[in-house]
This record gives sequence, C-alpha cells and structure tokens, in this order.
Amino acid sequence: MTGRGWVLPMAVVFGFVFLYAPIISLVVFSFNESRLVTVWGGFSTRWYGELLRDRQILNAAWVSLKVAFWSANLAVIVGTLGAFVLVRMGRFFGRLLLTGMITAPLVMPEVITGLSLLLLFVSMELTLGWPAGRGLTTIIIAHTTFCAAFVAVIAQSRLRDMDESLEEAARDLGAGPVRVFFDITLPVITPALVSGWLLAFTLSLDDLVIASFVSGPGASTLPMVIFSKVRLGVSPDVNALATIIIGIVTIAVLIVGWMLRKQARAGR
Amino acid sequence: MSEPQIAADTRPWRDPARQPFIEIRNITKRFGDFTAVNDVSLGIHRGELFCLLGGSGCGKSTLLRMLAGFETPTEGAILIDGQDMGRVPPDRRPTNMMFQSYALFPHMTVEKNVAYGLLREGMSRREAYARAAEMLKMVKLESFGRRKPHQLSGGQRQRVALARALIKQPKVLLLDEPLGALDKKLREETQFELIRIQETLGVTFIVVTHDQDEAMTLATRIGVMRDGVIEQVGEPREIYENPKSRFVADFIGSVNLFEATVEAAAPDMMRLACPDAGGAVLVPPQTGLTRGQTVWGALRPERITLSRDRPDSARNVLRGTVEDVGYVGHMSTFRVVLDTGRMIRVTEPNNLREGKPISWDERVWASFRPEAFKVLTE
Repeated sequence: MTGRGWVLPMAVVFGFVFLYAPIISLVVFSFNESRLVTVWGGFSTRWYGELLRDRQILNAAWVSLKVAFWSANLAVIVGTLGAFVLVRMGRFFGRLLLTGMITAPLVMPEVITGLSLLLLFVSMELTLGWPAGRGLTTIIIAHTTFCAAFVAVIAQSRLRDMDESLEEAARDLGAGPVRVFFDITLPVITPALVSGWLLAFTLSLDDLVIASFVSGPGASTLPMVIFSKVRLGVSPDVNALATIIIGIVTIAVLIVGWMLRKQARAGR
Repeated sequence: MSEPQIAADTRPWRDPARQPFIEIRNITKRFGDFTAVNDVSLGIHRGELFCLLGGSGCGKSTLLRMLAGFETPTEGAILIDGQDMGRVPPDRRPTNMMFQSYALFPHMTVEKNVAYGLLREGMSRREAYARAAEMLKMVKLESFGRRKPHQLSGGQRQRVALARALIKQPKVLLLDEPLGALDKKLREETQFELIRIQETLGVTFIVVTHDQDEAMTLATRIGVMRDGVIEQVGEPREIYENPKSRFVADFIGSVNLFEATVEAAAPDMMRLACPDAGGAVLVPPQTGLTRGQTVWGALRPERITLSRDRPDSARNVLRGTVEDVGYVGHMSTFRVVLDTGRMIRVTEPNNLREGKPISWDERVWASFRPEAFKVLTE
C-alpha cells in the first residue's frame, strides 16, 4: 500500500514532464526578450509583434488556413459517402478493396502518400492538362485524400452504432431513400461529422511532408515556412508562432473530445 | 360447451367464401442457404388483430418485414386489399410499422416524430401538427409534444411510436414485439390499451410476439410459427383447446404429452393403449385413425382432477404419488409421479375446497374426462 502511495504520483509526474516539458519550454521562451534562445532576457511580447510584421509567415498562415478549411470540407463529404457506402449498401463488387483503400492513408508512410500524389498530379497535368502546375489546389486535393480516411473511420463507427430501424421507420412513413439520408441519417451522425471536420482541419494544418511534395512556388504552408526558417537557425518569432498554433490545436482537440463525449452519452 | 353465437361479420375468417384483406401466397424467403420463411400462405381479414407467435428465429419477424417491404420475398406474392405489393417500396405501401426498438428519431421532438409521416405526404405544417396533437391526445401524451424522445420513459416512448405509426391511417399496422420492452405490469395495461385503439380505429393489426399470453390476450386469431412454417392458425381458444401438433400443444401453455397406440374403436369410445399412463385411455371416437397407429395425447394440467378416493364416475383414472406442490395463490400446481414412473403436472384452482388440501407424498387418483385427452397425429 505504501509503495503504491508514491509510485503512482511519480509515474504521473514523469509522464506529464515527458509529454509537456518541451511544449512548456517553447511557450516560455516565446515570451523571451533575448534573441538568443538559450538565454532568458526577461518577459516580453516582442516576438509576437515581430511575427505580425512578417509578411512571409502571415501569407503562409493564410494559405494553411485556406487549405485546412477546404480540405476539411471535402474530406467530410468524401469520407461520409465512403462510410455510408461501406456500412449501408450491403455487399457489392469491390467492397473489400474499398474497405482497404479507404483506410490505407492512415497507415501509409506520409512520404509515400506524398510521392505518389506528386506523380499522379504530374501525369494528370501531362495527359489532362489539369491541375495546371502545383499549388493551392494540389495541396487541397492531397490533404482531402488523407483526411477523408480519418473522417470515414469516425463516420463508419457512428453509422454502425446507429439503429438501422430509424432509417427503416422513415422509409415506412413515406420518405424516399435520399430524403431518409438527409432527414435522418445525416442529423444523427452530425456530431461525428463535426468532430471529423475538426480532426481533418487540425491534421491538414499540421502536415509538412505531403504538402512539401505537392506544393509549388507561391503556395507554401505554415509548417513548410517554419521548417525552412528553422533550418537557417532558430528564430524566436517561430516560438511565438508555435505557441499560437499550440493554442489553436489545443482548443480544437478539446472541442472534438467534448463532442465525442456528448455523442457517446446521447447515443446511450 | 355452449357459447353465445357471434355474427359471422365479426369473425369473417369463419366464412370460407370471404375474400381476405391481406393475402400471403406461398411466400418463401431465403438468406443464402438459410430458409427463414418456407412456403407460407395466410389470409388475414379487415379489422383483425392477428398475432404471429413463435420462438426466436422462427421467421415471424422476417414475414412482418416482408409485409412492410423491408425484405423482398424470394418466392411468392403478397396482396393487400387486392393490390400486389411485389414491386412497391416501403414508402409507398399502405402499411405502417411499429418497431421493437420504437425507432423514434432522436433529433426530433415528439410532435415532429408523430407528424413526420404527414409532412412527407406533403401536408402543411400547421395541419400536420394539429393532427399530431390529436394522435398524442389519443395515446394520452398531449403535454409531451415538445419533448425529445430521450426525455420520455419506456412506456411513453412506446405510445409515441404507436401514435407515429397510426397517424397516416394505414390499412395495416405491423407491430414488432410492441410490448417487449415494457415491464410486466405496464405490459398488461398496455395490452388492453392496444385492443381499445385497434377497435376504435378499425385498423388491421398484425402483431409479432414470442409471448403466448400476450398473443392469447390480444389476438382475434393466432398463427403459430416454427422453423419458417406456420404450424397452425386459429382463434386463441381453438389453438389452446385443439392444438394440431405436439409443438403447438407444448408451445401454448403447459401440457402433459403421452405416446399411445390406437387399440380398438368401439362405437361410442375409442381405446388407446398408453403404457406411460398405466394402461388404456378412453377417448371420444375420431376419424382417420387406424388400429396400431402411434399417436400422441395432449392433456392440459388443469383438466386433471386429483382426489384421495377413487372417483366412481370418471372414465380415465390414473394412480400416483404427489411429489411436489407449488402454491401460486389463485391455484396450486402439483407434480404427481404415476406408478408407471411417469411424472405429470396438474393444476387446481384454490377456491373453497372442502377438507384438508392434498399435500406432499400422498397417494392420489388423477382422473380426467375422455374429451380432455387430445389425440395428435403429428
């Protein structure tokens, strides 16, 4: 008993330090007055001010937000359709293949996903003439591909939990199949779709590897700009930027967690 | 047995010339290798409260779902009011269904749930909600319209589901285990409520249930199902008193089954050799039996009388010892071991009985009338 008395708290403290010490140090140093990362020069919000004057970073942030917004939207549509087909359409030719393919981006190394998408875009440009060059559009398509996988997984589990007789009841009361989807299925799985959207948005915002493969000149996302800046030496305004991103991501994750919990309770 | 004559139009199934309202013609449903419903034919009349009764996996729910249009029959046809339902999707059928899980739409209020069917018909919102309010009044939930389903109790949800299924005034209402999720007391009250509503609206009800008491209380007629086949169709009394097969006799209520051989047919009585019962059993003469044929006898526990002294008048008398007595309040159940070693169940009502009640380990005579011993050939 006495053994458990201190081992458990120790483990908790160790775990928290391991997980959060790097993040905390980053947040702390983002308020550092000194230009040198390792020297504490007093509290200041100087780097946040400097960040706002950095056109390159602001542009990249705007690109990232656009990419994340559109790829999250598209991923929710594609992912929901995929999940619906897999869960509700019964058996059909190629079902197993689709099951595998829809989750492939989850387990595929990002480098491979990025490279294969790049090759696809290049050959599409050669044969179809679209997309012309690489840039915002190709990044959005690439992010939609792997975000849709996450949305599909979330939507699939919600659809499986959903009582199928709800849809049958609506059919029975005179609604056609399309009507049933919009009247019943969609509202019931909406919480899952919202959390899927937020997850897709966050993942897109985070991605460096795939975006690096498929982006072109003039379309650098935030992670790409940060990465190239850090390679030239850590500058303190990156700390400030990172702190802001951490804040946004934390809020998004909290909302997702809260929505999933609420959904679990409502679904009894 | 004299019973009041009821006009044929309240029991249209007694008139063979009458055209049934719902005709199920040689319906078969197979899922892969598994045959869920096997060549079922059935006619159900307008205004009936028909119960499909059977254990789990007997095909009763599949049959109901084919009537609703959720499953397509592999073979056969379903006609409702003379119209072939073959290619009619569920949203175009003149049927509505009440689901076992109730299937209330969780994101809609109670009144919207009830009004949904009318809104899909294209009725104006105002009118649909007014009608929904009427339906909710009928099921005594008028003040619950603004609530969400998860704010209701099980019994209230059941009534909302009923109101929702009835609002379009379907020709046929299909009910899948309508009372299955309710506790015993509520279930008994709701049974009579269902009958009241059915009689008020005159809608044809088809109820699927595994509960024989429920079927007996609710039904105008019962169809007993087993392994995808309807074993017997009849009024509750008929099914109970004259089961056609051992399965039906055993499934409905409790019964003592005896194996016997046809021995001799006298003009007024038929003799069966029944070694388990300790000799011969006399039954009323019946057609279609030949000497030496093996038959089964079904004897209901309440048709047996126990006594300490040998009854003079009884034609069939068995000798045995009381092994166990169970007191259930309105009646007692006895387990009597006959001298042949066979155990039988006997129930006797606990009304004013003279003398000391029969108790454990007593030697008794068990007697029954010839008509009580139902001869089954299946």
